[in-house]
Amino acid sequence: MNAITRPAFDIARIRADFPILSEKIRGKDFVFLDSGASAQKPVVVMEAMLHAMQHQYANVHRGLHWMSERTTEAYEEVRDSIARLLNAGDRSEIVITHSSTEAFNLVAHSFGRGVLKPGQAVVVSEMEHHANLVPWQMLKDAHGIELRIAPITDAGELDMTGLEALLLDGRVGLVSITHMSNVLGTYTPVERIIQLAHQYGAKVMLDGSQAVVHRRVDVQALDIDFYAFTGHKLYGPTGIGALYGKRALLEQMPPFMGGGDMIGSVSYQHSTWAAVPHKFEAGTPAILEGIGLTAAIKYVEAIGYDAIAAHEQALTEHALARLGAIEGVTVIGRAQDRGGVISFTLDRAHAHDVATLLDRNGIAVRAGHHCAEPLMRRLGLDSTARASFGLYTTREEIDALADTLLRIREFFQ
Amino acid sequence: MFEDLRDLYQDVIMDHGRKPRHGRRLEVFDAQAKGDNPMCGDRVTVFIRSDNGTVADLGFEARGCAISIASADLMAEAVIGRTPDEIASLAQRFAAMAKSGTATDPDLQPLRALGGVAEYPSRVKCATLPWAALTAALAAQPGVATSE
Repeated sequence: MNAITRPAFDIARIRADFPILSEKIRGKDFVFLDSGASAQKPVVVMEAMLHAMQHQYANVHRGLHWMSERTTEAYEEVRDSIARLLNAGDRSEIVITHSSTEAFNLVAHSFGRGVLKPGQAVVVSEMEHHANLVPWQMLKDAHGIELRIAPITDAGELDMTGLEALLLDGRVGLVSITHMSNVLGTYTPVERIIQLAHQYGAKVMLDGSQAVVHRRVDVQALDIDFYAFTGHKLYGPTGIGALYGKRALLEQMPPFMGGGDMIGSVSYQHSTWAAVPHKFEAGTPAILEGIGLTAAIKYVEAIGYDAIAAHEQALTEHALARLGAIEGVTVIGRAQDRGGVISFTLDRAHAHDVATLLDRNGIAVRAGHHCAEPLMRRLGLDSTARASFGLYTTREEIDALADTLLRIREFFQ
Repeated sequence: MFEDLRDLYQDVIMDHGRKPRHGRRLEVFDAQAKGDNPMCGDRVTVFIRSDNGTVADLGFEARGCAISIASADLMAEAVIGRTPDEIASLAQRFAAMAKSGTATDPDLQPLRALGGVAEYPSRVKCATLPWAALTAALAAQPGVATSE
């Protein structure tokens, strides 16, 4: 057998791209299982940002000098990168934000107050991050928009019958739902959600903060109206995110924040707005972060979603099997279609104690309500521990988690 | 693997965390206050009965981690029989110990086990939450106390 097969996914090489993974925590190997909160960064992202600061930096969109023009070009590449990542039809459909949270606030403000009419309703699900709940509550109070909550099943899947019941009266203007739960790891059936919502005349916004890290997203094929994600969970820097919006919708919407960069012309009493997407981008953008996010997107594209998804699916199955075999450990959520975000509880031990004890062994997990307090209450829980995976996570790290949990369980017997 | 864990999760904390002696609502009480750390979800309600200018009894209801429950229970043992002024002073010295991890003060001896939280800055607030609630109860402070 002389055939040379190139490994589809070389985990050792990938891990070498993330220097932080070789850190020691209290003398132990750093086992980072908190990528769902924020992912680690590959060297290419750091180098791109450093290179910009050393060789190519000035403010963007305004200077007539060489350095500003080159920086504008480098920064604006992030819009093309995001458009390609999401398969948007046009780069003008990508609004650069500082976070997913800003994207939701933008849509709640500009679409919610500018397009929706008092008396219409917005639907979210029972398993939303606070970022996709609180802005709609604020809209409800300020603009008389009803907020409806689509139920989930006890398995942690969206209850499609329950969703349809909320749409029947035709008053729903927007369905805003997570693409992947940051607590339960559930992927929602976005194709069916969109078909159903459109059938009743509602637009659809998806929270892609978790999903876009693990799965290919095609906004055109799915006919998505709005899609939000954040850069720092996608191996990029903090302080940058994006909103995809169909051009026709973005054009109907008034600006979100006022200031520089979003105007056509300004007099003392009146201003006109820049064209889409710039009218939603007030102030100097996150220039270096945009350059870093471009590098992160290219990094993910070079590895490829097929390879990432296959690797993470195998990890998730292994983790569910290992955790499921530990008496006293309960995995929260049993969705059929799920990814590498796993919440669990341990009998007789509080999630914070579990997290501190895991940390003692170098293992980083999140514990608490995961910015989804109503979901916790719906599940009858105060808090859970959560292990979440990235493209650099290994099977051995999951074994370390499971082995340490066995010890912690003894400790709390 | 967990030898060093004894620094924080010492037997005394595991014991009081799992089987608190004072973890109950008092039948008769003259002050109460709630403590809530909404970021992490720990909650405690402290009930006190005073007699002759001292705290004669203290009970609590808590939902939270072993650290916060053990801290509430050890607090009850440390303050029963003391005056509000003594308790206020002890609360301050306890908070300093939780941050620094060191205590030479003999009054803090029964609470020493909780000094281990100093190594985990995010857990200091778990140990100090019951004290924040007790301080609020003694001051008849309205609202909900927090140590976040």
